[in-house]
Amino acid sequence: MEKRVTFSNPWLPYLLVAPQLVITAVFFFWPAFRAIYQSAFIPDPFGLRTQFVGFANFEYLFSNPYYRASFLTTAMFSILVTVLSMSFALWLAAMADRVIKGSGAYRTLLIWPYAVAPAVAGVLWLFMFNPFTGIITWSLAQMGYSWNHGLNGGQAMALVVLASSWKQISYNFLFFLAGLQAIPKSVIEAAAIDGASFWKRFWTIVFPLLSPTTFFLLVVNVIYAFFETFGVIHTITQGGPQQSTTILVYKVFADGFVGQDLGSSAAQSVVLLVLVSILTVIQFRFIERRVHY
Amino acid sequence: MADITLKDIRKSYGRTEVIHGIDAHVEDGEFIVIVGPSGCGKSTLLRMVAGLETVTGGEVSIGDRVVNDLEPRERDIAMVFQNYALYPHMSVFDNMAYGLKIANVPKEEIRARVTEAARMLELEPYLDRKPRQLSGGQRQRVAMGRAIVRKPAVFLFDEPLSNLDAKLRVQMRLEIKALQRRLGVTAVYVTHDQVEAMTLADRMIVMNAGVAEQIGAPLEVYANPQTLFVAGFIGSPPMNVLRTEVRDGTAVVGGGYEVRGRDLATGSVIGVRPEHVNLVAAGAGLFDATVDFCEPLGAETLVHTRTDAGDSLVVRIDGEAVFPSTGDRVGLIADPVRLLAFDAAGRRIASLADLSP
Amino acid sequence: MSGMVERRGIGVWLTHAGLVLGIAIICFPIYIAFVASTVDQAALVTPPMPLVPGGHFLDNYHEALFVGANAPVWLMLANSMVMALGITVGKIAISIISAYAIVYFRFRFRMVFFWMIFLTLMLPVEVRIVPTYEVAAGLGLLNSYTGLILPLIASATATFLFRQLFLTIPDELVEAARVDGAGPVRFFIDILLPMSRTNIAALFVILFIYGWNQYLWPLLVTTDPSMNTIVMGIKQMLPTGDEVVEWPVVMATAMLAMLPPVLVVIFMQNLFVKGLVESEK
Repeated sequence: MEKRVTFSNPWLPYLLVAPQLVITAVFFFWPAFRAIYQSAFIPDPFGLRTQFVGFANFEYLFSNPYYRASFLTTAMFSILVTVLSMSFALWLAAMADRVIKGSGAYRTLLIWPYAVAPAVAGVLWLFMFNPFTGIITWSLAQMGYSWNHGLNGGQAMALVVLASSWKQISYNFLFFLAGLQAIPKSVIEAAAIDGASFWKRFWTIVFPLLSPTTFFLLVVNVIYAFFETFGVIHTITQGGPQQSTTILVYKVFADGFVGQDLGSSAAQSVVLLVLVSILTVIQFRFIERRVHY
Repeated sequence: MADITLKDIRKSYGRTEVIHGIDAHVEDGEFIVIVGPSGCGKSTLLRMVAGLETVTGGEVSIGDRVVNDLEPRERDIAMVFQNYALYPHMSVFDNMAYGLKIANVPKEEIRARVTEAARMLELEPYLDRKPRQLSGGQRQRVAMGRAIVRKPAVFLFDEPLSNLDAKLRVQMRLEIKALQRRLGVTAVYVTHDQVEAMTLADRMIVMNAGVAEQIGAPLEVYANPQTLFVAGFIGSPPMNVLRTEVRDGTAVVGGGYEVRGRDLATGSVIGVRPEHVNLVAAGAGLFDATVDFCEPLGAETLVHTRTDAGDSLVVRIDGEAVFPSTGDRVGLIADPVRLLAFDAAGRRIASLADLSP
Repeated sequence: MSGMVERRGIGVWLTHAGLVLGIAIICFPIYIAFVASTVDQAALVTPPMPLVPGGHFLDNYHEALFVGANAPVWLMLANSMVMALGITVGKIAISIISAYAIVYFRFRFRMVFFWMIFLTLMLPVEVRIVPTYEVAAGLGLLNSYTGLILPLIASATATFLFRQLFLTIPDELVEAARVDGAGPVRFFIDILLPMSRTNIAALFVILFIYGWNQYLWPLLVTTDPSMNTIVMGIKQMLPTGDEVVEWPVVMATAMLAMLPPVLVVIFMQNLFVKGLVESEK
């Protein structure tokens, strides 16, 4: 889409785009370029000189079992977060869509966790599941289940998944509710007259009509789980125990800043760059389609 | 106050030329209507006068200045848009005052001019309202007011009434005309509605496919269309068009009437207005036709017929006259002066009276 | 309102009950945090902790605000506020003017610039952590507000949002403004900005939350505790070793860290929903 009418001025448009372009160039393109550049070098042990190694960093990276494990961890983490937060949100949205009285109040009470920072969400859940004093740890102990996410990798994963999903429910809820309310009432009434029960109607009529929203949220949630949950992991587990919660983004940080392995960290950045590009393209294609429909 | 001169105006988008050289002169204080079907280039022409489109070729002058390279604000014009283009976040007062504020007109004078325009347009009670709180007709008046307060040399109207309902359109039409007369400002008005063009214009420019087909006073254009396009576009129902058939060197119309004395080349056609044809008994006219159906409209009745040559022909008769029934055979008669001949390219030749020896 | 067929009797109550249960699950962590911020340390070290608020509300919040761990919480709140507002205002400002240039002007490299901005969508800070840190360090931006704000204010999303908005504004409005004598700057200030008010406000809400909740970047660029933001500061209050965690103070800090963005969401709910739904289109 283009404007029919435009202004003409020899320098004003350049002045207007300049701030954004300068910041983009300095803080986006230059670092990205450096990441690609660094990924092809290894610094000597004193950090004084670097040596060109081509794809050796990548070969080393993919032969590293920890890195390959991190891929699996990320995949599992993303799937769990996406499925858990989306299904809970859909359940809430379906109910909120049914009530006529008080739906505004319900919405208010359900959306505010969106405003909680992932790192703060991490602290809240860490407190409840504290191995020694946490209220939920205690409750589980009463039922004979022992909780210590500092030692048990599976429990650590469960905890970061819970905290990350909890924070994302509001977002999914809002979009599902908007999607549900956009479905024409007549379609559902027609199904009701045809004799379909509530759940039958939901699965055969409502859910299929909701599929654009669902697909959109799927992509957004995967991106969220990949990149925005750093704060949750960093506050709760620091990637442990035994790297059981080290997702890719956490590993870039840990290898680059804690391990000071710049070549490997740069190579990981490049891998992430490729991943996020793929996700963005998927998201963008989807957005394009939504515009046409 | 100013006149407008258009000299061989052309407009191209890339390689596609959409306006093919238009010459016209608008007298000071004259009301000119540019009329034509959608896509004929009439709005583009107006927007070139306004300075909203660049002129690819030719010269636009307002008064004695060539304005091709001037910004709209430097041309001393005001424009009324089809969708009114009111600034939604400004009150009616601010909408009208905006241009004056930019021109650094003193505050008291702005107030005086806006109040005066509002009084003229009966908008005084609404000065504090936002455009969305107004009806369509009121918004239209605000758009007019915005043009008036600037006291421009030229008013430009781009289909200003097409978003209004039929009744309001008739009323606003009269108001626009009266206002223009009172202010004596040169006006250029674009519309696709030929009734609007006929009623408003001192002179009109009939455009088609980027060409000015004819320029002239409404009744002159109506009576003497220079092209088949104008003949069909101006007038409702449009002028009847009858094909001619050349038999032994003589042109025949309607399957029976020989246009004697002169030959019309193959492919030429004869045009005649519905009110210039009369019904007579079969066999008593120039040629016969069969009645398809009749539309009694009260003041008049339109009799739709089909000639033996297969052309459809509408006859306008008095509303109180007895009209024939479907299937009746009738004879058709017309004064040869009213039969207009056009060549195969649609250009006017001359009326048959001129052709007859 | 409802997309579902009206329900009667017990179905309605079941739905309400389900919603209340859902809200209880969602709110439980916050409630527990609030309770923990109102009791003393002794009440928390021996489980189970109490489930009703205690009487140490003022003590804990006073301690958090004015003593804290590395830096008093009021200072971290102030830092967060500066960062969040800086990011929000900066993003909106540079996005709206670049979108204006791209929509309302024709100039060389216009599409190149457009795609350059678009590409930044593919470069979240998490992906380019180390090199971006190096650039910021090289420019001497560590431990400064500029360093906290500047690298985060380029935003393709906001630019797209404004571009989308501008494309829906009728062309005649620009023409009317030009006939009225407005040049590009006046048109932007007098017409476009006021017409974008609601969208700017909606975006403001979303971006404020985004800015306030930044974690990784402040963690990297602020080593000086007096420059810490509240969201990263909480983590610093959790010692890594065997030291005893002052949970009541930590939870009071957590409550304070959540307060500004949560209030923004609750009190500007409609703008927030509008901003969220539109910025994802």
